[in-house]
Amino acid sequence: MSSRDDILGRVRAGIGRAPGNAAAGRTAIEATLAARRQGPRPAVADDLLASFKAKSEALATTVDIVDDQARVPAAVARYLAERSLPTEVVGWPALESQPWRDAGIAFAGRGAVDADLVGITGCHCAIAETATLMLLSGPDTPASVSLLPETHIAIVDASRIVPAMEDAWRLLRAEPGGLPRAVNFISGPSRTGDIEQTIVLGAHGPYRVHLVLVKSGEIDRLK
Amino acid sequence: MEIRSMHFKANAATALANPVLQGNLRTSKGKFVDKRRAAIADFQAEGGDFEALREAGRDLRNRVLENLDLWLEKFESTATARGAAVLWAKDGAEICRHVIDIGKRHGVTKAVKSKSMLSEEAGLNQALEAAGIQPVETDLGEYILQINDNEPPSHIIAPVVHKGLDEVADLFARVHRKPRKTGIPELTREAREVLRSHFLTAEMGISGGNFLVAETGSVALVTNEGNGRMVTTLPRVHVVITGIEKVIPTLEDLALLLRLLPRSATGQHISNYVSLLTGVKQPDEHDGPEHLYFILVDNGRAGLVGSEFQDMLRCIRCGACMNHCPVYQTIGGHAYGWVYPGPMGSVLTPLYTGIENAIDLPHAATLCNQCGVVCPVKIPLPELLRKLREKQVEQRLRPLGERLALKAWAWVASKPKLYALGTRIGVRYLDWLAGGGKAIRVLGVVPAWTEGRDFPAPEGKTFRELYARRQKP
Repeated sequence: MSSRDDILGRVRAGIGRAPGNAAAGRTAIEATLAARRQGPRPAVADDLLASFKAKSEALATTVDIVDDQARVPAAVARYLAERSLPTEVVGWPALESQPWRDAGIAFAGRGAVDADLVGITGCHCAIAETATLMLLSGPDTPASVSLLPETHIAIVDASRIVPAMEDAWRLLRAEPGGLPRAVNFISGPSRTGDIEQTIVLGAHGPYRVHLVLVKSGEIDRLK
Repeated sequence: MEIRSMHFKANAATALANPVLQGNLRTSKGKFVDKRRAAIADFQAEGGDFEALREAGRDLRNRVLENLDLWLEKFESTATARGAAVLWAKDGAEICRHVIDIGKRHGVTKAVKSKSMLSEEAGLNQALEAAGIQPVETDLGEYILQINDNEPPSHIIAPVVHKGLDEVADLFARVHRKPRKTGIPELTREAREVLRSHFLTAEMGISGGNFLVAETGSVALVTNEGNGRMVTTLPRVHVVITGIEKVIPTLEDLALLLRLLPRSATGQHISNYVSLLTGVKQPDEHDGPEHLYFILVDNGRAGLVGSEFQDMLRCIRCGACMNHCPVYQTIGGHAYGWVYPGPMGSVLTPLYTGIENAIDLPHAATLCNQCGVVCPVKIPLPELLRKLREKQVEQRLRPLGERLALKAWAWVASKPKLYALGTRIGVRYLDWLAGGGKAIRVLGVVPAWTEGRDFPAPEGKTFRELYARRQKP
């Protein structure tokens, strides 16, 4: 007997599975899948943007807010200059068409390698409840860009801030593209507390996470 | 992993007599407790209801267990449809065989590992080394243990909670052959640099799995360091090793459990990285594994389905029970002698390794129910510990002296006159031991009991004597 049959056989014996109740079980699991039952969650903040910003800062993420997309490269350049970070950056190919050069940034749209020090990504959406970014992997949005460089800069469209993770899943299902290989939820810089439970930033991932929030005037759309 | 739980009493005595360990336990004591309390207070302040959340978590995990066979089949079909291979392992040896086979198939010489307690159950690192595949632990805590001659972890989420900064500093200086650092950030940086080169060169990544999502055929991985992401992004082969009880129905269920797990574990509102991984790298993708394997493991779990211990399968491995356990806080995790310490370990170890191999563990509890109160999925841990004690009695595994003493007590207790005489003598004996005081310093028949505490002296006469006096006019 294969291990699969052996294990499933013992699980079935424990449950009391019989030919008579298998159909009822299947109906039950299909009903559960269709119901997408949601658990209790905290109240939604009145001002998603303000709440998201405050919680991001509590996670040691820095936040800059700009009025429109055109101001993003300059905001990124300002951040890099303030921190004396290099202006050669790696970023999502999806963001390559922005006027980076005008802001003095040498932008390479590709997956990241070890030598890259600054990585620039967008995000699929952001979650106000926990100040979390949701990134989807893909050819134009490689996962390594938010992972290997010491500094991660993410551009967040304020209209894409949703209250909770359940809303993020709803958006993912509603929009084209489907579930990618990797959905990465990121909440602040990489950290560890393994030595004496003392929190240190920059364990394996970025030491710094900086957000450029782009206002677009329809912040309340998803409430 | 070798089982040393039968030596619990000796291990606990050694732990109590170890001043370095006691110092480290004092340093960490209460930190997780305080952080969890603060995180839950924040949640309540935002209008959340943590108690309702725990109930929802319990109900969700119970719903899965009712049809676990069908959920596993569902997961197998959705995962396979996305290009993953699903393998099954009855025990630790089969886990090792699968991983080594996969490694050989893909020409693997080095495997980077994100924390997996199942890998500890299987003793996977030793098996990989013997097969010529170099395993590298990448969770900072697990890495520290690995370079310290494969020391076992003492906590399921904070594996080196028993170690102090000085020990880590000495270890790094010796193993890395670099000048000794004394700051925690500098030590963390040094480990980052050493491990980065391993991430970039390993052909295989091995991870555990916090949850398997049946709806999508995905594994959800929760880490703070980002090593879970590295292990599942850079190598061309990814192997997930996880217990059969980890399956959940939908992404909404994942959202629910992610409100419970980090708050209960580290007191965070969310862990830094949560990854939902589904299938393999697409042809035009830069990152991600070309081959994805799931190893679904029994190793004792299937036997709990439908049993009086089924509640234990709800466990989401947060560690809150050990953080709040007065016994764990006093002796640390190593004394428990296997992979899982604290209350959940005292239930799992006898169930997974044999009740006769861990006789003392169900007794390593005061039954104060701190663990039951904090468990995010409301596992009645004290009740399960009590049931294990009952099993020991039923299977005649208790020592002869204890069995005879209980028999004698039962005999006396069923004879009211004899029982009354016995208690009268007993009370006067204890009174005499107390010498008229309120406490007994040395309990004559079991002096060990009073080595670390006093025994309260009885208040004069027996209940029956007092009752009889009140009945008199």
